[in-house]
Amino acid sequence: MKVLTANRLADGIAVWYTNGGWAETIDHADIAHDKAAEDRLEAIGAKASAANEVVDVNLIDVTVANGTVEAVRLREKIRAAGPTTRNDLGKQARLQAARAA
Amino acid sequence: MYRYDEFDHDFVKARVAEFSDQVARRLAGEITEDQFRPLRLMNGVYLQLHAYMLRIAVPYGTLNSKQLRMLGHIARKYDKGYGHFTTRQNIQFNWPALSDIPAILADLASVEMHAIQTSGNCIRNVTADHFAGAAADEVADPRPYAEILRQWSSVHPEFSFLPRKFKIAVTGAERDRAAIQTHDIGLHLKKNAAGELGFAVYVGGGQGRTPMVAKKIRDFLPEADLLSYCTAILRVYNLYGRRDNKFKARIKILVHETGVEEITRQVEAEWQELKDAELRLPEEDIRAIDAYFAPPPLVDRPEGDEAVKLARLDSKSFSEWLDQNVVTHRHPDYAAVTISLKGIGETPGDATDSQMEAVADIAEKYSFDELRVSHEQNLILPHVARADLKAVYDALVDIGLATANSNLISDIISCPGLDYCALATARSIPVAQEISRRFASLERQREIGELKLKISGCINACGHHHVGHIGILGVEKKGAELYQVTLGGSADENTSVGEIIGRGFSSEEITDAIEQIVETYLGLRLDRNERFIDAFRRVGPAPFKEALYAGEAKAA
Repeated sequence: MKVLTANRLADGIAVWYTNGGWAETIDHADIAHDKAAEDRLEAIGAKASAANEVVDVNLIDVTVANGTVEAVRLREKIRAAGPTTRNDLGKQARLQAARAA
Repeated sequence: MYRYDEFDHDFVKARVAEFSDQVARRLAGEITEDQFRPLRLMNGVYLQLHAYMLRIAVPYGTLNSKQLRMLGHIARKYDKGYGHFTTRQNIQFNWPALSDIPAILADLASVEMHAIQTSGNCIRNVTADHFAGAAADEVADPRPYAEILRQWSSVHPEFSFLPRKFKIAVTGAERDRAAIQTHDIGLHLKKNAAGELGFAVYVGGGQGRTPMVAKKIRDFLPEADLLSYCTAILRVYNLYGRRDNKFKARIKILVHETGVEEITRQVEAEWQELKDAELRLPEEDIRAIDAYFAPPPLVDRPEGDEAVKLARLDSKSFSEWLDQNVVTHRHPDYAAVTISLKGIGETPGDATDSQMEAVADIAEKYSFDELRVSHEQNLILPHVARADLKAVYDALVDIGLATANSNLISDIISCPGLDYCALATARSIPVAQEISRRFASLERQREIGELKLKISGCINACGHHHVGHIGILGVEKKGAELYQVTLGGSADENTSVGEIIGRGFSSEEITDAIEQIVETYLGLRLDRNERFIDAFRRVGPAPFKEALYAGEAKAA
């Protein structure tokens, strides 16, 4: 299983292709289950890159747990969450803030 | 310190305008990423895991308080409230939006700073001894020469597209605090028998995947020949350095493959063509740059001895900080202070916006407006009257920057690692933090004595692990982080590359392994004066291997 990820051109923030757009979390990213779906995602990535929406487009391995998408490699887990040394930064910060509220 | 002249101001302003236009064209989609990447890299802008990263040059690590205050302002306004000081004496911000970078560069230019040549295959920020101009043991301040090199190397048309990046370091003392032998060119400023200034020239040092100690190719180069000789080295490198393989493109490989004698011959031959031409530095030009680095007016403050004596009696923690983080100044009434950015369990080299502002205030009040960034990722107050040390200490306590661990095991160099870096293969900051916490007791750290621990999160060795007394290299193996340990490295006047001690350790095991190594050292050292590195050089790796792996051999 793979999803499409990139960094947004204007601010560099990591994003994942979700429901026809680029979301700031990996949680509900569109999953490619087979080669044909991967090719479709890759084509979307190439188009978005050419349209200067995003940079550094990649397909990454994922699994699904409790209905949300999770990256397989540590590198991608850290991209999806934020620095492991600073829970107040990156995507995880939003979760923390939500929990605190 | 150096102040921009009209040319510098115009040059930096023109660059800000040029890059602002390039960013605007990129955001408007007028240029592609492939076209833009080399342009952004020439201006210190990387793309990392979470966001862009901006690396700002701090020439030879020297800052004034206005500049540090501006860095604090940038951290707060455009980033996430902190910055990371690097082993090139620079600072990095981890979260700037590309669209904000033109404004950041304009702010930097207003305080005579920029991000030019902090990336790319050019001559990078020239580094220097962080105690330059203050150290009791230097023959002369090395920074005027670093500044001359900066002016010469900035957008140098011949050396802007080298086979690979190129790093120069200068020290003015026998005791090398600038790690010159790990550089592409290392310059040791010294005096000859006639009392004239010149340089011992080292070439071909470097870390990364192929660590090499630089070779001395000239014992004394007169100061007037600095630029002609460096040009000769760069020309030989530019001509023969390998462009076919990125991993073999640094000058260290050329020196290694060609041999020191032949490289020296080539450099000297090239130099004969250059030495008496326009690159020869006129005496008055050197002295004009020297004048920018004239020492501050260090008025006698003889009351310092008594003040320090009383304050010591009053505060044990002040006394410990004094012993660890304060070094002798060439003026007996003054001292140079290391502000540790290595609080126990903190990220090595990070400082918050408010810490930067507070340190700027302290420097303005107590250190003639001057600061340094050390390659060991600490800040330095180079000229503090001994009479003011207690006031400085108290001010540092207030902002949580009074950790008395300079040169001890928790004074760790660490790259950002996989928590930030797109190239990293493993995390390094959490390893540094855990080791720091394990050895949290300063009493225990002092008992261990000087120990340089350095961590890199990939083979590129930004964390200088090859030259750590204890080095840790994080790699990815079968999807997990694995930490390889090297022992016996050092980055001083007796530079050596550490040797791999054996199989690597998981993230759960690595701190225990480090503790085991330290305990082994404590058990075998001759006495407290035998530092870890000295003991290792005496006994070699065997006792450490035995301590780490003997159990496995028996079990197997």
